[in-house]
Amino acid sequence: MQLDELYRRVIMDHYQHPRNRGRFGENEGIQIELNNPTCGDRIQLQLKLNGDQIEDVRFDGEGCSISLASASMLTEAVKGLQVQDALALSSHFSELVRGNHPEGVDLGDLEALQGVSKFPARIKCATLAWKAMEQALGETSRES
Amino acid sequence: MNLENIRDQFPILSQEVNGHRLVYLDSAATSQKPLAVIRAIQHYYETYNSNVHRGVHTLGNKATEAYEGAREKVRRFINARSTSEIIFNRGTTAGLNMVARSLAEGVLQAGDEILITQLEHHSNLIPWQQAAKRTGATLKYLPLQADGTVRLEDVEEAITERTKVVAMAHVSNVLGTVHPIREIAAIAHRRGAVMVVDGAQSVPHMKVDVQELNCDFLAFSGHKMLGPTGIGVLYGKEEWLKRLEPVEFGGEMIDFVQLYDATWKQPPWKFEGGTPNIAGAIGLAAAIDFLETIGMDAIHRHEQRLVAYAMERIGQVEGIQVYGPKERAGIVTFNLSGVHPHDVATVLDTEGIAVRAGHHCAQPLMKWLGVTATARASFYLYNTEDDVERLVQALIRAKEFFGHAIG
Repeated sequence: MQLDELYRRVIMDHYQHPRNRGRFGENEGIQIELNNPTCGDRIQLQLKLNGDQIEDVRFDGEGCSISLASASMLTEAVKGLQVQDALALSSHFSELVRGNHPEGVDLGDLEALQGVSKFPARIKCATLAWKAMEQALGETSRES
Repeated sequence: MNLENIRDQFPILSQEVNGHRLVYLDSAATSQKPLAVIRAIQHYYETYNSNVHRGVHTLGNKATEAYEGAREKVRRFINARSTSEIIFNRGTTAGLNMVARSLAEGVLQAGDEILITQLEHHSNLIPWQQAAKRTGATLKYLPLQADGTVRLEDVEEAITERTKVVAMAHVSNVLGTVHPIREIAAIAHRRGAVMVVDGAQSVPHMKVDVQELNCDFLAFSGHKMLGPTGIGVLYGKEEWLKRLEPVEFGGEMIDFVQLYDATWKQPPWKFEGGTPNIAGAIGLAAAIDFLETIGMDAIHRHEQRLVAYAMERIGQVEGIQVYGPKERAGIVTFNLSGVHPHDVATVLDTEGIAVRAGHHCAQPLMKWLGVTATARASFYLYNTEDDVERLVQALIRAKEFFGHAIG
């Protein structure tokens, strides 16, 4: 097990310089908070939809390098996507960090997180923000 | 057998993890098991596995003898007056829940007070929250000093005539603080309150004498004291166990059953509904034999030396913050600045070092410390100074790795 396999440069960059961290207004968009009860990590996600398109997304919270970097990468990856495509990306990502690289799918920077699959205890860290997004979007699609 | 060659008795410790000799520093979560314990359990299943207290047959008698023999061994180990005060259960959580539930049903009333601390493990906190909700009693928290210790003056002040229950860990699973239970119990008793002690982190590591502490209840777990998982002990003073009603009903615990009513056996059996963890009790008895062969005082001295050394060495690592008092049991909880404890634990794991990272089932304590999580190294009789040294070197490397990665 090599540390560099887990902590890729791009991950450390997102951890150190998180993108889209913060909030856009108190009561705007869909907001959700998700905890990882086993470790106390906490991610808040805020999503602004325009019809079926994710117009903007912000995150905040406390956690380890993997959970915060993953949240930061999520915000870049899903901004501008259709809800359906964001959910599909989330399921690809979930496969990726479990060691099953989806064939023919380019996950861009997110692929840096595939090293997590060799550290089973850290998979939940990587998927926390994505689970939050799934819940947030799941709730809207149920409502509509 | 002595502490020098003790590691040979723990087969699990001789392995390599991720290419390095395993350094196991997570005994506060669960301890490793010596051969004697593993063999006692195997021997039971291979030669006399049977249910207890009911068979007329030879194996049943043998199993009953071993199970009740384990109870006597536990009694002696904590110096209870009688085996009727020793209840076997699943572990500390089960014991504390049982006490809280029974007291809620039979003793607590609206307006009563339950006093605990913010240091408690969730298993000595949530049962009391629930008991308070169910009865209308008020849950109160004892003030803590900056290093996590309690002052007896504060205890004197906090325990009032309304206080019916004082529940406290003997040793904090996060800070390693050792609470003056004997003195606190004396104050509690003067005001007519019952003293409940979470002994999960003390009984495995030091001589605990329930008559000397004079607590009313003491809960602990077999798996933290070299025994198997799934077996634990609740000690309760006989007068309390006679007074309290069981919370679980079924086989084993009854005296006489009619269509619309039933009566219970005497304690401890009225609190042991269902087939008990017989193999677990036998394993626990073997664990107690093992601990007593080494001697609880020798184990305690060894851990005290080790934790003093660890505090000194870990404290020298740049950017380390250690939480809790200087005087402590064999637990060192810390953070490395700029590195999340999960990341610390992952780096250590790649070097074969097992520590715990997270909130340690003590979220209110994390809040009190002003952190979301910490890393924790905990020691037992099989740990050495070399283990501490490996930890320190790995922490320095973690600091370097993240320093570079970040910078």
